[in-house]
Amino acid sequence: MKKLNTLYAWLLLLPALVLLVSFTHAPTILTVWDSFFFAGRAGQPARFAGTENYLLMLEDEVFWQVMANNAWYLIGTVPTSIAIALMMALWVNSKLSGRSLLRLAYFTPTILPMIAVANIWLFFYSPEIGLFNKILDAVGADPVNWLGDPDWALPSLMLITVWKEAGFFMIFYLAALQTINPELNQAATLEGSSRWNSFRRITFPLLLPTTLFVMVNAVLNAFKLVDHLFILTKGGPNNATNLLLYYIYENAFSFFDTHYAATLTVVMLIMLMLLAAIQFGWLERRIHYR
Amino acid sequence: MTELATAKLSVKALRRSYDNTHAVSDIDFQINQGEFVVLLGPSGCGKSTTLKMVAGLETPCSGSVELDGRDITHLPPGKRQLAMVFQSYALFPHLSVAENILFGLKARRTPADIQQSRLADVVALVNLSDHLHKKPSQLSGGQCQRVALARAIVAEAPLCLMDEPLSNLDAKLRNDMRAELRAIQRRLGMTLLYVTHDQVEAMSMADQIILMNQGEIVQSGSPQALYNNPASTFVAQFIGSPPMNLMNADNLILGVRPEHIHRDINGYPASVVTCDYHGADTIIEVELHDFDQQRIKLRHPGHLTLVPGSAFPVSWEKQYEHYFSCSDGQRINAPQTHSTHQTTTSEMTHVQAL
Repeated sequence: MKKLNTLYAWLLLLPALVLLVSFTHAPTILTVWDSFFFAGRAGQPARFAGTENYLLMLEDEVFWQVMANNAWYLIGTVPTSIAIALMMALWVNSKLSGRSLLRLAYFTPTILPMIAVANIWLFFYSPEIGLFNKILDAVGADPVNWLGDPDWALPSLMLITVWKEAGFFMIFYLAALQTINPELNQAATLEGSSRWNSFRRITFPLLLPTTLFVMVNAVLNAFKLVDHLFILTKGGPNNATNLLLYYIYENAFSFFDTHYAATLTVVMLIMLMLLAAIQFGWLERRIHYR
Repeated sequence: MTELATAKLSVKALRRSYDNTHAVSDIDFQINQGEFVVLLGPSGCGKSTTLKMVAGLETPCSGSVELDGRDITHLPPGKRQLAMVFQSYALFPHLSVAENILFGLKARRTPADIQQSRLADVVALVNLSDHLHKKPSQLSGGQCQRVALARAIVAEAPLCLMDEPLSNLDAKLRNDMRAELRAIQRRLGMTLLYVTHDQVEAMSMADQIILMNQGEIVQSGSPQALYNNPASTFVAQFIGSPPMNLMNADNLILGVRPEHIHRDINGYPASVVTCDYHGADTIIEVELHDFDQQRIKLRHPGHLTLVPGSAFPVSWEKQYEHYFSCSDGQRINAPQTHSTHQTTTSEMTHVQAL
């Protein structure tokens, strides 16, 4: 009887297990496995490389540039979009007329497909007819080649990301704000607490679970960005906007070096896991969950 | 006019309307130093709205609120120096009991040594000493209630507001807390404005009851005054349990409280409808044959088991009769006192003449 129950249990788990193993675990293990081999040539099987691929990676200048780009991208987009999202949510949550329209307006960037978004911004950024340069021109400033100048290309991309992510994160903050009993703020106000003090001592601590969730997602998104790069810069100029996932894509499908791509993927996986562990470990301890 | 000079809180002609409907209007009352005043009324009568206007959480359309002779009608809530206990307690879930209690003192930048001594006093007063470092989620409902109470006491505000603070407790705890709250209020000399829909709470705790209905004050006065001289059929039925019996008699409404009706062989003929045993007494509902079979309830001490339909003649003394107008339900005879005992006949003819 007990054996039969165990069999049932496994049978019930089977569909989920098959999907999970074939699309998550097996590719992960295969990727790690692949990263220890060189590509086979002209019908010859792949050669064992040991840590050779990793050593090559450490000498790859583009890899280091991509990592630096990604770090700047992370630092530039994550705190900014979270801060803006929180401010917008606090504002939209207050009693003002036409707030449902405002909420929709903030959420629009999230509804739009990434490719469409990128095309809109391409128009804003284009050197001759672009909106931003028209404005610069109107105030008498020199035009900027937003996406063509290595100094400006990455900040320009970061702006798009902040614009897109802030609206999405705002929805989470808004939902969290609406679960907070308004009497808490009334009580604080009656006790003579200023608006800033109430925010710092009550609202913000109660929003920490949401902040953690949003932060983990923002960090993941910072590493997952590919589609903007396709349309806007293709990683250029001179790798100024090349980010890790796009570099992996280039190696795998443009240079057909799947083993080096696998090596980079392993590095990315380890980094993401470390970042998530740090965030959970650091914040979890100081969060109040209801 | 000496009352005006000593009034702690004075509310004048307060009015608030939402979308052309009056939520409350013509609210006038005063609270003296150290008084326990209860705003009583059924749900939706505007008592909470009135309290929120005193607190500054709602803005009145007109009228004024004065605290210690100072007009606070348009002051923000934090500048009014009030303390408040919310129905939901409004405890900060991420802060410990001690931090919850000290929140207001910290916000007002009270010196740390004063904070600590006041905290020690207040937790001893409400029996929370063992729970100072717990979070609200680790406390029982009664303990949460005490934290909310402590937070209101520690502010040492000139006026403390309470919005149905006991309604989330179970019946036994509610009874205990009623007595405890009253004792604390007396001991500290707190001036309290307390909102409730529970007439038992109001009767047992208040110095003064302000009874509201449909956004207006119906009657205010001491619990005894409201009980003995209800100003209208609404007051008569709202105060007391079971409520006052109201009977149609000669174009008037006659009211008699259940505890004033007793069995009397020579009384009005009546027969039993239901019989409810309550322990200390039995509530009996009877049909009066001389009054169009109208039903009234009476309170009979002890345990009685009566078969429905059996004869149960009843009577009451004239001094316990109340008369109300059929058209608007307002009281129409002069307020009775026990000494008017002998004059009931002349009073009756007076009423008939009306």
